[in-house]
Amino acid sequence: MPAGEGTALPHPIMNSIFSGTRLRDMIRSIRACKTAAEERGVVRKECADIRASINENDPHDRHRNLAKLMFIHMLGYPTHFGQMECLKLIASPGFPEKRIGYLGLMLLLDERQEVLMLVTNSLKQDLNHTNQYVVGLALCALGNICSAEMARDLAPEVERLIQFRDPNIRKKAALCSTRIVRKVPDLAENFINAASSLLKEKHHGVLITGVQLCYELCTINDEALEYFRKKCTEGLIKTLRDITNSAYQPEYDVAGITDPFLHIRLLKLLRVLGHGDADASDLMTDILAQVATKTESNKNAGNAVLYECVETIMAIEDTSSLRVLAINILGRFLSNRDNNIRYVALNMLMKAIAFDDQAVQRHRVTILECVKDPDASIRKRALELVSLLVNENNVKQLTKELIDYLEISDEDFKEDLSAKICSIVEKFSPEKIWYIDQMLKVLSEAGKFVKDDVWHALIVVISNASELHGYTVRALYKAVLTYSEQETLVRVAIWCIGEYGDLLVNNVGMLGIEDPITVTESDAVDVVEDAITRHNSDMTTKAMALVALLKLSSRFPSISERIKDIIVKQKGSLLLEMQQRAIEFNSIVDRHKNIRPSLVERMPVLDEATFNVRRAGSLPASVSTMAKPSVSIPNGVAAAPLVDLLDLGSDDIMAAPSSSGADFLQDLLGVDLGSSSAQSGATPGPKAGADLLMDILSIGTPSPAQNNTSSVDLLSTPGINKNPSNALDTLSSPALPHIATTASAGGMFDLLDGLTPSPSKEATNGPAYPPIVAYESSTLKIEFTFSKSSGNPQETNVQATFINLSPNTFTDFIFQAAVPKFLQLHLDPASSNTLPASGNITQNLRVTNSQHGKKSLVMRMRIGYKVNGKDVLEEGQINNFPRGL
Amino acid sequence: MGIRFILMVNKQGQTRLAQYYEWLTLEERRALEGEIVRKCLARNDQQIRFELMFEFLCSYAGVLAGWLALNEQCSFVEHRNYKIVYRRYASLFFMVGVDDDENELAILEFIHLLVETMDKHFGNVCELDIMFHLEKAHFMLEEMVMNGCIVETSKANILSPIQLMDKAH
Repeated sequence: MPAGEGTALPHPIMNSIFSGTRLRDMIRSIRACKTAAEERGVVRKECADIRASINENDPHDRHRNLAKLMFIHMLGYPTHFGQMECLKLIASPGFPEKRIGYLGLMLLLDERQEVLMLVTNSLKQDLNHTNQYVVGLALCALGNICSAEMARDLAPEVERLIQFRDPNIRKKAALCSTRIVRKVPDLAENFINAASSLLKEKHHGVLITGVQLCYELCTINDEALEYFRKKCTEGLIKTLRDITNSAYQPEYDVAGITDPFLHIRLLKLLRVLGHGDADASDLMTDILAQVATKTESNKNAGNAVLYECVETIMAIEDTSSLRVLAINILGRFLSNRDNNIRYVALNMLMKAIAFDDQAVQRHRVTILECVKDPDASIRKRALELVSLLVNENNVKQLTKELIDYLEISDEDFKEDLSAKICSIVEKFSPEKIWYIDQMLKVLSEAGKFVKDDVWHALIVVISNASELHGYTVRALYKAVLTYSEQETLVRVAIWCIGEYGDLLVNNVGMLGIEDPITVTESDAVDVVEDAITRHNSDMTTKAMALVALLKLSSRFPSISERIKDIIVKQKGSLLLEMQQRAIEFNSIVDRHKNIRPSLVERMPVLDEATFNVRRAGSLPASVSTMAKPSVSIPNGVAAAPLVDLLDLGSDDIMAAPSSSGADFLQDLLGVDLGSSSAQSGATPGPKAGADLLMDILSIGTPSPAQNNTSSVDLLSTPGINKNPSNALDTLSSPALPHIATTASAGGMFDLLDGLTPSPSKEATNGPAYPPIVAYESSTLKIEFTFSKSSGNPQETNVQATFINLSPNTFTDFIFQAAVPKFLQLHLDPASSNTLPASGNITQNLRVTNSQHGKKSLVMRMRIGYKVNGKDVLEEGQINNFPRGL
Repeated sequence: MGIRFILMVNKQGQTRLAQYYEWLTLEERRALEGEIVRKCLARNDQQIRFELMFEFLCSYAGVLAGWLALNEQCSFVEHRNYKIVYRRYASLFFMVGVDDDENELAILEFIHLLVETMDKHFGNVCELDIMFHLEKAHFMLEEMVMNGCIVETSKANILSPIQLMDKAH
């Protein structure tokens, strides 16, 4: 035994001290403890004493030690050192010792412990003991903790004991059997006969356990179910009738009902027998009707029986007159003033809805009242029931009720309630305007509880409802003035004001139901300024506000000076992201007036299908983007290959094991889909929330300080610009054929400085294709050089050169690439898998383009390596392949 | 399998008896007991506040009384995958964790039977009786519930082996 050993001194005086604390004294001293620490101290000392006492091996102390250990165990302290004591007590001859030993066994041990195997033999002896009380103890212990092995070993004994003369043993043997057949279902057949004989008993204890055993056998063995259905249904019905009609039995009477527990067990078994069998169901109709009509319903016991009876009626085969009876009982329950009864009624109506939707719908008003109950348990049940009740016809009314209640409900219930309302509205919304209206109400009342995907979905819907843009932005403007503390409402509002600010100010697209409002340009900016300056706005909101300001600077040229001031203030933001954006946006406002209108044009319509797929597939998509800020996506996404790129997300051909970071890219693609439909060179703008800055206007996280001054760039065509911003890239295509980016001296990188119109320097490359920089981060640069194989114009050989820009050596370097279906990719082994500092390795790729001449090459790639034993993953997409490959 | 655990907890939230019919580690038990006790006791506090408010209201508007008096919080709380059926007797809470498909009202009745049985044996059972006779309380439970199922519902049958043993001593 562990620790206490050292203190154990077999000294007479010490001995008397150890055995000195009686159980009572220990409990007293524990009760007297004022603090948890004090209690721990007392328990520690007691445990040490018990250990010492155990080591002395005095049989007289065992009983008391174990009693103490049970108390200590109940308080939640470890007591494993007492387990062997239990076994010793069980093996001792006296009844009191055995009794406490078995109790300790059940409390301190479990079926997973090896020690338990040691007890099998003692159990076997005790099951054959001449004293029936000892047999009872053993059965009880076996029934509570036996493992599969023990069940196999001892099943014959238990089987024999089911026919024991004393009913108290029979009942325990029956319940012990339920555990045995559950642990070892193969043994079920052996118990079928014994179980059916138990059903003929008169002793209530034997009957209730026998019924329980039959129930268990029916649920695990189909043959048993058939057997009982054929042989026992009538007997069980008779038994139920006998107890229902029996004269007063003081020993079993509860509030005028004879043994409600037995009633309930019998009804449960009848339910299993009647389910899926019309004949058996027919047989039990009369007795169920009798129980349902005759049972007193003014006391809990009676209601418990009625409740079980209703459940049985619902489960057995169709007997419609009974169903009516059952639904009526539930109706009575629902209008009961006792909350317990109402709770079970709601519980049961959830099951009833599957059989009789109409009948449940009749109680809709009452159920709605339950949603507003002060009791949280009732509210929860009722809310779940309501969400099952909703259909196309009643959605408007139900939603109105729920939203009305949302205004006055407890704060801690708002989260559940608003989530349910949102899911109902999304699922059953008959028209867009209604959807938008309801969502605005929810956001106004409980915006801080609304999950991201819900308001993202709202923005997608708004974006698609072009005829409602004006209406929505005005409604949001009004709402946000009142409920400025609801974060998600503010986000949706500033997004819409940014997008549709002009519609707000000019009252464009007025619907008949609207009252005209007068909003000046400066009012609209006030709202956004408020959001960006509020101290409790989070980063997402502030970032969205900043983008909205940029957009408004173009929508409202008259106050662009004021907007610029607000943006400039954000240069001092503590958030790096905000600082950087503020500087960039400021320079857009300041210096690039000529391109600004096209840069901040309205977002193309967001694709609902893509959003829904993404929402179902990868909820934490935006998280993954945020988590990897060091991974930059410097490659421009030109418009042409976009559709093909989307293929990449779904069923691409991976030349390497599939990428776990796929959602990262899908994220990007999901957003960019919009720009392919809008050929105007519009900004592939924010889809929503957190993605917004990182995804689209991610004009370079700090890492892409790339410096494309190489001649490569000068030779490149507009489509292959190496520009970190896809937004700017698309933008540049129509107006400016070429962008050269340069790094400013301070390291801060003004992306737009290079945006001076310059004549295109499109070079005619002829058959020799220019090499490209396929990827570049702060640590790694990949260059591709191309050559055509002679004979097959579809085939291109690519030599990839990986250059380590960091001072560390990369080990376990692996490059993986994936291409869309129309391409075939073959990867040769790399020259090495170790990339020394400032060194390089090469790898050959062979790409076959089945759409040669029609489509350009495109590739997604992932690079994994270790730096100082730490895994690093970088990924990116290569769209700047020279044309014609 | 019906009953998953039975707890007796005093008003201060200290466990006075715990019987589990499924295996949980010591840490899991402590955590579970803490959560359940907090939940049930909090509901009870609400109840007491409500009753005070009710008494206050009664003194003004007797008419309201009939409705309010019965609007007591229900005895069921859902927690994790359990349903807790609980009832308070003087300073002791009896909490029974059951499966989802168990008859909640029957479990309430069972709690009452348990209390009556203990009352019959101890004579007006209180927290201290259970603390100082923990093993006896367990023996009673053993006679009533095995492996999460009810074995016996007659108080005389439950108590007879215990009384027999007391006599033998």
